[in-house]
Amino acid sequence: MANNLPSEFDVIIIGTVLKENILLSTIHLSTYSTSGLPESIIAAACSRSGQRVLHVDSRSYYGGNWASFSFSGLLSWIKEYQEFNDSLNETQAWQEQILNNEEAIVLSRKDRTIQHVEVFCYASQDFHEDVEEAGALQKNHASVTSVNYTEAAHSVYVPSEDESLSTVSCEIPADQTASSNPESGPEVNDVEAVAEKENHCHDKTHVQATKENEKNENVPTAENNAEQLRKNTITYSQIVKEGRRFNIDLVSKLLYSRGLLIDLLIKSNISQYAEFKNITRILAFLDGRVEQVPCSRADVFSSKQLTMVEKRILMKFLTFCMDYEEHPEEYKAYEEITFSEYLKMRKLTPNLQYFVLHSIAMTSETTSTTIDGLKATRNFLHCLGRYGNSPFLFPLYGQGELPQCFCRMSAVFGGIYCLRHSVECLVVDKDSRKCKAIIDQFGQRIISKHFIVEDSYFSENICSSIQYRQISRAVLITDRSLLKTDSDQQISILIIPASEAGTSAVRVIELCSSTMTCLKGTYLVHLTCTSSRTAREDLEPIVQKLFVPCTEMEKENEEVAKPRLLWALYFNMRDSSDVSRNSYNDLSSNIYVCSGPDCELGNDNAVKQAEALFQLICPNEDFCPPPPNPEDVVLEGPSLQAEALECSSVLEVNSETCNKSLFLGNPL
Amino acid sequence: MHGRLKVKTSEEQAEAKRLEREQKLKLYLSATEAVLQKRQAGQLDESVLELTSQILGANPDFATLWNCRRQVFQKLEAQKSPEDLAALVKAELGFLESCLRVNPKSYGTWHHRCWLLSRQPEPNWSRELELCARFLEADERNFHCWDYRRFVAAQAVVPPAEELAFTDHLITRNFSNYSSWHYRSCLLPQLHPQPDCGPQGRLPEDVLLKELELVQNAFFTDPNDQSAWFYHRWLLGRADPQDALRCLHVSRDEACLTVLFSRRLLVGPGMETLLLMVDESPLAVEWRTPDGRNQHSHVWFCDLPAASLHDQLPQHTFRVIWTAGNAQKECILLKGHQEGWCRDSATDEQLFRCELSVEKSTVLQSELESCKELQELEPENKWCLLTIILLMRALDPLLYEKETLQYFQTLKAVDPMRAAYMDDLRSKFLLENSVLKMEYADVRVLHLAHKDLTVLCHLEQLLLVTHLDLSHNRLETLPPALAALRCLEVLQANDNTLTSLDGITNLPRLRELTLGNNCLRMLSVLQPLASCPRLALLDLQGNPLCHAEGISEQLAELLPSVSSILT
Repeated sequence: MANNLPSEFDVIIIGTVLKENILLSTIHLSTYSTSGLPESIIAAACSRSGQRVLHVDSRSYYGGNWASFSFSGLLSWIKEYQEFNDSLNETQAWQEQILNNEEAIVLSRKDRTIQHVEVFCYASQDFHEDVEEAGALQKNHASVTSVNYTEAAHSVYVPSEDESLSTVSCEIPADQTASSNPESGPEVNDVEAVAEKENHCHDKTHVQATKENEKNENVPTAENNAEQLRKNTITYSQIVKEGRRFNIDLVSKLLYSRGLLIDLLIKSNISQYAEFKNITRILAFLDGRVEQVPCSRADVFSSKQLTMVEKRILMKFLTFCMDYEEHPEEYKAYEEITFSEYLKMRKLTPNLQYFVLHSIAMTSETTSTTIDGLKATRNFLHCLGRYGNSPFLFPLYGQGELPQCFCRMSAVFGGIYCLRHSVECLVVDKDSRKCKAIIDQFGQRIISKHFIVEDSYFSENICSSIQYRQISRAVLITDRSLLKTDSDQQISILIIPASEAGTSAVRVIELCSSTMTCLKGTYLVHLTCTSSRTAREDLEPIVQKLFVPCTEMEKENEEVAKPRLLWALYFNMRDSSDVSRNSYNDLSSNIYVCSGPDCELGNDNAVKQAEALFQLICPNEDFCPPPPNPEDVVLEGPSLQAEALECSSVLEVNSETCNKSLFLGNPL
Repeated sequence: MHGRLKVKTSEEQAEAKRLEREQKLKLYLSATEAVLQKRQAGQLDESVLELTSQILGANPDFATLWNCRRQVFQKLEAQKSPEDLAALVKAELGFLESCLRVNPKSYGTWHHRCWLLSRQPEPNWSRELELCARFLEADERNFHCWDYRRFVAAQAVVPPAEELAFTDHLITRNFSNYSSWHYRSCLLPQLHPQPDCGPQGRLPEDVLLKELELVQNAFFTDPNDQSAWFYHRWLLGRADPQDALRCLHVSRDEACLTVLFSRRLLVGPGMETLLLMVDESPLAVEWRTPDGRNQHSHVWFCDLPAASLHDQLPQHTFRVIWTAGNAQKECILLKGHQEGWCRDSATDEQLFRCELSVEKSTVLQSELESCKELQELEPENKWCLLTIILLMRALDPLLYEKETLQYFQTLKAVDPMRAAYMDDLRSKFLLENSVLKMEYADVRVLHLAHKDLTVLCHLEQLLLVTHLDLSHNRLETLPPALAALRCLEVLQANDNTLTSLDGITNLPRLRELTLGNNCLRMLSVLQPLASCPRLALLDLQGNPLCHAEGISEQLAELLPSVSSILT
């Protein structure tokens, strides 16, 4: 394929594309698709406007932070972080191609966007393990991930940045800490060191386990009870075996029903490539209990938690927010105060204040102004009811489907996707300071007018002046929903307000199996917040409030109250969304930078970014207009495009999907 | 630019579209013609089913074609084996579903489905319920489907409790649903039958309280939604009062007997039968209404022969038996008395509380409290204000009179479009209160001056009133029902805006009539007065007609028996 690549394009997008991951496919013969959302949108828009688009994946390892993984895929993703460094020093044959009046921008091959990856497994690791052994593990805060019996043995990864190794992901029992020296080393050596250490503490844990075993009589446990519970509980081997039922997103986002992304999907007709489900409920964590937030008219009507008067006050306030700008007398005088003070002033009861502030407006108690809050509330309400009883949609098979849809559109209009094809450098003309071409791994020089590069490709000297924010993420697999109702197929969002100054609210999104992101009988829970520390430090307190580790013995009443944790992953992801172009040192004007995912709930940033960049590349062109009806296409000889159009119908949705899912379109 | 798709222009598209439509129309017309020809020729076979399905599939509202299909089915029923027929019916049901998808509100399609299923020996009703549920999922307010659901539920004898649970489900999804609330009002009395209640019966208190809570949830959530308020009114509403004779009045002077019924009725041959027993022997009389129209009326009277009123006996007993209403009443005329009567008091019978039920006042009281709470939050909600007024009337009309009037003020201000309705309602309530006060005082004089009345109602209840003061109101007319006041001697109606006097007719005892400062323009409007035999004083001062030339002469000519006319 590479040898046949045309040598000239209008737009080259260096990002991650529909990519068959070699590493992963050795384990499971599955194809993964990843691609940054902004890059995919630009690719679709440019192809649609008749630009010749080449989309190349330049990394030797799995990359995009917008990706979805199967369970084993995710384990391998973690593993890859240990291996990518190997390829750092390759022959630089391409350097011969750089002419005198040219200079090369070497693309970084090291992903610095993911840090502090920590994994915990709580699920019973084997069916046949006897109760004692399982019971023995209970005292451990968490059983160490490193499960000897499975592939996941190496799944623990220690951050490669200059990190103290004491942050090793395994929770080491108190009497073990001594043996884990707080050695810190340069990143290059990390991998081995980690591996060794990993094994080390692993053994130790087992020792510990046996010790516990002996003392077991002293521990007051209801073993029968535990046994019974285990029988209904998903085991780790089941998760691994059924790993393909999982589609685990690295970013956890939802689509606002009237957000820019939905508008774009509809306008461009790309919505035909995806299916969606409505988020079924908004939850709140109030007085230690998870409750459903009444936010639509029907919710308020049927809510049992609100008094009659609260119902009226809430409805009245929400109705006002719908068109608050038309009633300036109601808020003009309070623009200076925070939204939370404003809500108090409007005489909302404490419960209602909490619901509106945290669950509906999703604003900060301390920093959001009245206007911020009113705007956010209006946006929420505006989205409500378009596709159902909540303002959000979730794409079946995960958020990672969406970039793929745009890539399909690009391919339908002639975009060329080049798999496993890495780009060594960008070639810049010394005189004009414009980028002219790329040189790929085979030394082929491909020229183009525009170059779109995801920011993670830039080496440190280009990004030296940038201070990045971080996103703290956790991915949990649990055994039941946070709030049990008649239906076990609920998709929920829960906002947990910041507990102290300087931290941010934590967003919890719980997905059920009908979203095609997790195994039946399990729930996939994503936690997201702006980092103030490592992901685990930020999120673990919340996880402990909402869940109990599966290994812990449960009291009768607790069993009903809290879902049990089967597996947990923490990591930090770089948030480059607010980096301005000027912060990159010495960048050619025809190199465009796409940022990675941001921490927001919606996808507006990606769409805005894509549209802005598209307008630079194709000024005055319509952004992703709807494709013509195949009947209206005038065929002139053997037109490739027409064939492509025909193909588009093949790319229909999966038959596996749930019949209750939504196809986007204008609402009734 | 290269790589661009060539796409048809909008003109080309329009042209293609036009041709397509033309083609469609041609097919449609030819198929229609073919069907009608076959029908005329009596060829009602399966080809007609095929042809009509082509048309109905696109336009399910073609009633004639559904008729054709029914004819075909009737014919085939006689010819086909049961198996073939079953297959046909199955196909037809499928076809009907596809038609419903084209138009879920097609009368013809739903009707055809009813027709088809009611002809089946063992229809699959549970499937039909499922179908209804699906269509109501798509549009919970599709009343065609609600209708069909009631049909299916009746046919399949679905327990009312299940149907009630279904309405719960839909109300939870969206409570702005008249059909759902209405269905509840039909199901609840079935579920909780109460003895001694009509079909519109009341509910046991625990059920009622639960329903009230549900509906309160609705109007606290959205007080502007009418469906909940209507249901609320139904919950508190009461059954029609039982048939009764409210009042019997006999007058020696006029030699007549007047009867007041609990509802309007038509007395006469072939209509309601009234038996009059005078001193326990039947008397054949001719019944008339006071306004002379002999239409449906609360009040009927008859002339009595002198033999029934003679002075020899110490008393005469008059008994009227209303056979259909299963009611009767008796009154006595004592020797030496000019008149005698027997009546139910408005104060005992709570005659005027007909807007809301006489449910336990604790229920009404707590409803009133919730509504007041809501009103504080929503001071301008008309439904809430109106409900408060109705509840207050049901609880104690006199106690709450002042408060009620204030609420009327607010109500008129927030809903000026319906100000006239409020005025009339307010007039009605004031009049009721005045009647109550009069009866408590046990007098026959009714003062309604300065009450800002716009309309007169309940006039039949004033049968025994001798003096009526209507001055200083906003009345435009004295309605025909006023003729029911057969004891009226003095009527004051100064300072109104009267333009017609239809009701002042055949008032046997009227002596004085003051109509000063009104808007009477034409002499002809005074015509009814000529039928009042005892009218002696008529005050017309301050009316436009007084300025007409020669008015005195004309009046003297029109009303020769009136001795004193002031102009």
